[in-house]
Amino acid sequence: MSFRQPSILPGFGLTFGFTTVFLSTIVLLPLAALVLAATSMHWGDFIHTVLSARALGSYRLSFGASLLAASINLVFGFIIAWTLMRYEFPGRKIIDALIDMPFALPTAVSGIALTTVFAQNGWIGQYLEPLGIKIAYTWIGVTLALTLISMPFTVRAVQPALLEVQKDLEEAAETLGAGRFYAFRRIILPTVLPAILTGFTLSFARAVGEYGSVIFIAGNLPMKTEITPLLIVIHLEQFDYQGAAALGLVMLVISFVMLLAINLIQAWGRRRHVGMAR
Amino acid sequence: MSRAVMAGHAAGETSRPGQRTWAHAIVRWFFITTSLLFIAAVLLAPLATVFVMALSKGIEAYLHSFADPDTLAAIRLTLITAGVVVPINTVFGLAAAWSIAKFEFRGKSVLITLIDLPLAISPVISGMIFVLLFGLHGWFGVWLQEHDLSIIFALPGIMLATMFVTFPYVARELIPLMQQLGNNEEEAAITLGAGGWMTFFRVTLPKVRWGLVYGMVLCNARAMGEFGAVSVVSGHIRGLTNTMPLHIEILYNEYNFVGAFAVASLLTLLAALTLVIKTLVERTGYRRR
Repeated sequence: MSFRQPSILPGFGLTFGFTTVFLSTIVLLPLAALVLAATSMHWGDFIHTVLSARALGSYRLSFGASLLAASINLVFGFIIAWTLMRYEFPGRKIIDALIDMPFALPTAVSGIALTTVFAQNGWIGQYLEPLGIKIAYTWIGVTLALTLISMPFTVRAVQPALLEVQKDLEEAAETLGAGRFYAFRRIILPTVLPAILTGFTLSFARAVGEYGSVIFIAGNLPMKTEITPLLIVIHLEQFDYQGAAALGLVMLVISFVMLLAINLIQAWGRRRHVGMAR
Repeated sequence: MSRAVMAGHAAGETSRPGQRTWAHAIVRWFFITTSLLFIAAVLLAPLATVFVMALSKGIEAYLHSFADPDTLAAIRLTLITAGVVVPINTVFGLAAAWSIAKFEFRGKSVLITLIDLPLAISPVISGMIFVLLFGLHGWFGVWLQEHDLSIIFALPGIMLATMFVTFPYVARELIPLMQQLGNNEEEAAITLGAGGWMTFFRVTLPKVRWGLVYGMVLCNARAMGEFGAVSVVSGHIRGLTNTMPLHIEILYNEYNFVGAFAVASLLTLLAALTLVIKTLVERTGYRRR
């Protein structure tokens, strides 16, 4: 097989050439610089940087809070998607459009706004303060910011999947005496499970790399409320490019693993879907 | 007698699918209330706070904060950056979609994955890679300094970082759309003697126009709102290399809350406008894949 199948349409050389050249200059070359900078380090230095106590503390917060945020979105994202798809209530369409707000809203704006609402004297923070719950400048605040910015992923992944649930199957199950929870577990859940997992992974991947909204609410104390992207910025500000590149490489590898996981989950979902349709 | 009917009698009701029962009503109430409370706490309260804080010292203080020359410079820089980056990424998106959707070639799926790559990368890393290339201690740092050129801590760096993070937006809307719409019309146009450019402008562009608008609007929103990547390359020089999101950070850290939230209110309105355009485009029947 030749590189390209024949077509009567023109412009392949021009568009393909432009695409690959532009992609290489803007995306691939800079990423190669990161990999080279990190791998040109001495092994000992590399290990020392990526496994330092401060780095480990930042991974714990970044991954822990992201995992928690993705889990919160798993539950609430499903509930919101279900509400929007199954129930009719005033303002439903506006809420549906608003779900995408965290994607459109600049992260710096979400950051300062969340901090203000959940600070000790904020609208919600003032009611939590007497209960001994501090949100701003703690790991809870970090989780909250990550929850907000990754919320749309689960909702938007689950919504189309809920459309695919065959209503006649659901009704048949009820007619045959299945309890509501039983029908949910055996009919709805299997159909939407791949979508829920995709949403979870996308949320997690987005949350791990997030910077803008978190730094305002985090407090940024080393080992306690310092996320990995902030630690990278601190290395850069001290002109420690190699240290920054080393931490960047760790995060990059994790991003690739997440990307791979998303693709595998989606392929699995498609296979299941085809299998069920037969 | 079926189990359903017996269960129904036992519960003192006739259980027909689709019929409203008490249990249904409670579940419905629970789902709607939980959803609304969650959205109100994490989304609506912060949005409202932006405007309440911006107007906390009155409308005059709000308007006055836009008279600050540094704020105006930040707004100008953001507009210039988006004005350069969005058209370039739109041309790229059109080219990428044309080559990927109209032709069959080897390695296509790899190319699509690579185009989506910037979406999977932390904004901080997206900025850092340009510092590694063009920063003072970067690969080309010495050469740039000898020739008195600056990319990092200057406008070109801001544009490069913004271009990187907004790179996939137009392409990833257009590629599936063009693939779905097929090549029949284009092939007919070429067969009837139209040139390549004419086919593109008269046939393809009208076909994909809503996808194009959709992608450009999202690309613009991200370009104007990007914080992490731009923060790393900008150097935060007031009045020179501060975009709107970066200026928000500076004002906020100076406890100038009216100023910070005034700039934030502009970006919030931009986000609202983005959502309105997005919803209108979806009304035309264009659905995101």
